[in-house]
Amino acid sequence: MTPLTCYLLVAAFLFAIGLAGALIRRNAILVLIGIELMLNAANLNLIAFWRYGPHPELLTGMIFAIFSIAVAAAEAAVGLALVIHIHRHTKTTYLDQINRMKG
Amino acid sequence: MIENLTQSFAPAAQVDGSLASQILWLIPALPILASGVIALLKQPRRKTSAALAIGALGLSLLLSLYAFAHVVSGWIHGIATREVVNLTWMQSGATNVDLGWVLDPLSAAMILMVSFVGLLIFIYSVGYMQHDPNFTRFFCFLSLFAGAMLGVVISNSILLLFMCWEIVGLTSYLLIGFWYQKPSAAAAAKKAFLTTRVGDVFFLLGIVWLFAQSSTLLFYNHGAGSLEPTALASLLHQPAAFGLTAAGAIGLLIFAGAAGKSGQFPLHVWLPDAMEGPTPVSALIHAATMVAAGVYLIARVYPLMAAGALTGGTTAALTVVTWVGAFTAVFAALIAVAQNDIKRILAYSTVSQLGYMMAGLGMGGVAVGMFHLITHAFFKALLFMGAGSVIHGSHEEQDIRKMGGLWRKMPLTFATYAIGMLALCGFPLFFSGFWSKDGILEAAQHWSVAKAPFYMLVFGALLTAFYMTRQVSYVFFGRERGEKPAHESPRVMTVPLAILAFFAVALGAIGTPAWPWFRSFLDGHAANFDWGGFAEPGLLALMGVSTLVVFLGLGLGWKLYGNQSPQPEAPDVLEKAAPPVWLALRNRLYIDEFYGATVIAFYYQWARFADWLDRRIWGGAVTAVAATFSLGARLNRFLDTNVVDDGFDKGCEELATGGGLLSLVQNGRVQTYLRLLALAVVALIVLLIWSSRA
Amino acid sequence: MSIAFYVSALLTLAGALASVLLKNKVHCALALTVAFTGLAFLFLNLNAQFAGFAEIMVYVGAVAILIVFAILLIKGSETPLHGVFSRSWPIGAAIAAGIFALLGWAVIESASHLPKPTPAHAVTVDQIGRALVYRYVLPLEVVAILLTVALIGAVIVALHEDGRTQ
Repeated sequence: MTPLTCYLLVAAFLFAIGLAGALIRRNAILVLIGIELMLNAANLNLIAFWRYGPHPELLTGMIFAIFSIAVAAAEAAVGLALVIHIHRHTKTTYLDQINRMKG
Repeated sequence: MIENLTQSFAPAAQVDGSLASQILWLIPALPILASGVIALLKQPRRKTSAALAIGALGLSLLLSLYAFAHVVSGWIHGIATREVVNLTWMQSGATNVDLGWVLDPLSAAMILMVSFVGLLIFIYSVGYMQHDPNFTRFFCFLSLFAGAMLGVVISNSILLLFMCWEIVGLTSYLLIGFWYQKPSAAAAAKKAFLTTRVGDVFFLLGIVWLFAQSSTLLFYNHGAGSLEPTALASLLHQPAAFGLTAAGAIGLLIFAGAAGKSGQFPLHVWLPDAMEGPTPVSALIHAATMVAAGVYLIARVYPLMAAGALTGGTTAALTVVTWVGAFTAVFAALIAVAQNDIKRILAYSTVSQLGYMMAGLGMGGVAVGMFHLITHAFFKALLFMGAGSVIHGSHEEQDIRKMGGLWRKMPLTFATYAIGMLALCGFPLFFSGFWSKDGILEAAQHWSVAKAPFYMLVFGALLTAFYMTRQVSYVFFGRERGEKPAHESPRVMTVPLAILAFFAVALGAIGTPAWPWFRSFLDGHAANFDWGGFAEPGLLALMGVSTLVVFLGLGLGWKLYGNQSPQPEAPDVLEKAAPPVWLALRNRLYIDEFYGATVIAFYYQWARFADWLDRRIWGGAVTAVAATFSLGARLNRFLDTNVVDDGFDKGCEELATGGGLLSLVQNGRVQTYLRLLALAVVALIVLLIWSSRA
Repeated sequence: MSIAFYVSALLTLAGALASVLLKNKVHCALALTVAFTGLAFLFLNLNAQFAGFAEIMVYVGAVAILIVFAILLIKGSETPLHGVFSRSWPIGAAIAAGIFALLGWAVIESASHLPKPTPAHAVTVDQIGRALVYRYVLPLEVVAILLTVALIGAVIVALHEDGRTQ
């Protein structure tokens, strides 16, 4: 079991947990939490591959992870703003009831 | 007279191409054309229709005179004329269907007689039918009849003869039933048509057989015709049933047709009923011409009937003709004694005289029978027209018991009627009937087979004189028994009577033994005026016998009926003497009732069976087919509603349900979409790995 | 594997599990923070110091706080009346398990093909800076614009619509 494999397994597990959270929980904010977890699992994958992959001197993985963090932050902000907005209109964050897109 | 053969002419040479034979076809064509034009006219155009008919027949008369003159001039120069014009109508392989016409003494004499007597009757009809609303229709049918009769007479093709024969029968039907609103007239017309039809079936069989045997329809065709020696020889060698040769059998079949048309026993039943038609019709058709067509037919095919006869002997066919004729002559004369309708007496008289003609043909040959036919045409037409004049003058009364004393009121009619009556009776010397009937009696006397026809014909002559005297006494003598006073008829009716009376007398001149012009003309011999003709052995004795018979009949009749004028309701003298005999004779010897019980009843059963068949079986079959179709339609509808429609409905329902199910995926919930996405990713990756592995 | 790895991994995974399983949303947010911290430690283990500290600063210091603020703004601090898990949670769990199975299988399958571990490469901030500005200048600028847009957008979206906007 190389270290890379261990890190990858951890990242996979983390990803699965995040996905489960996004799929199972009723509240929109909890879905966003799940999404953050998934993003972080991906970051972990990137860093792990950068550390144990070829050409670490290019810093590709590291920079990628940094940008990913930045984008995640922006996305979290906008997402939470949307949740707040929806809550104001429908007075609920219960995802099952937000089905105006039903077709 | 038979042996008075002076120099015989050269055998009938066919010299075709003379003008007379070329224009011969116009003689029947003109009246038929006139009939067609009249058919297109409206009823009120009386003058036009009468003028057309009389004009056409007049032209035919002129042409007939020309043709007759042509033949006579040939005869004077010792040439026996037989000119033929033949046309091929259809061809089917080797057989031809030919039509054609012939100009020889027989046809020349007939066309002259038919057109002359016909013209007189046409003129007479103008006066007789004046008050009838269907004047135009009458002349249309009359003209068609005249044309068809002339067609029968000149025909050289047995098929053309049959076609014209049928048209004659048709017009007879149309004219007998002219007053079709009267049920008796309509029934009489049907009876006439059907009875003659029975004869025509046999006639057609004879035609077909003759055509099959001799492979030609023409009578005379330069040696190839069916009446010429070659064909007759082959017919004689062909045996048929009952010991007859083909010639004899065909002759008998043709005689059956002639018997129907000429009212011989047993097909005579239609003639008395045919008196339902107007009197000119009775005069023309049922006295002078149509009934004579049968006699003419036998005369025309005489070579066939006489084929194979040994010198001085006779053939089976001619024997049958003679017996039937003789029997009919006596039979009809008996019935005529007991009739009370003026036209019915004359009708039965016609049947009787036709029997005489047939007997004359059978025993004495063409000339004997034809001479009586010609003379009979004139005096019978005269008698019928006279009767018509009487009926007209007595305000449509037809029962002789209700007439009387008309000799004062209708002198012209009486005079001409008397001449006709004496001619019919055969009053000696001055009247044509005497000479023509004597010719027949002479032939009967010398007949080799049996003597009975002679005695029957003599007895018939007695009866003829008797019943005619009875009729004349009832009608013209005694006191007036009619309800209304009688008056003479107009000149347009009496002038033709006078003309016919003249000929009834004058025609005798061409048939006397001293100058047998007519016989020589027909037989193709020269005729010399020779008082020595009377020196024939047995001739004067025969003339004496017939004179005696005539006077006996006249005297008996006058004694019983003359100047008696019994009451209309009182029974007849003879009726008082022998009531059952009188009743049987009065009821026409129950022939009609016999036919009704046997033939008609049998036929009626068949008709009922056919009706049942038609309605149940064929109708049932049709109904079954219709039911099948209806069932098929119902099945179709069932399938359409339950299978197709329902199937379609279910399909649509399923589509809707499927759509409903599928729409559950689009529930607008983000988590559902997310789940699907994740699932899809898993599936895709698995697929990719699997495919790259494999 | 060193003990630091196991502790950090445990911390991360525990925190993550807690954050998705707990009922109270605020507890979830706090557990998330713990998970982020564990992750930071894992980054440090992987010799990615900059990424680790950036993780702490951004995620723990900003995102987690943001989440807590959002929870409070929507008044989600009370315990919910009905359940926190959706009615069809087994399906979701199964799908997540399927994903994990797939990823796990892929990782273990390829374990023999991975390169040998090499000693760590020293990374200085100077190098990162230079890389950002020289090599990755375009993504840098784009992310800058993105952050600006996100900022403005978030503000606009979450704004009260009562006519006082300027």
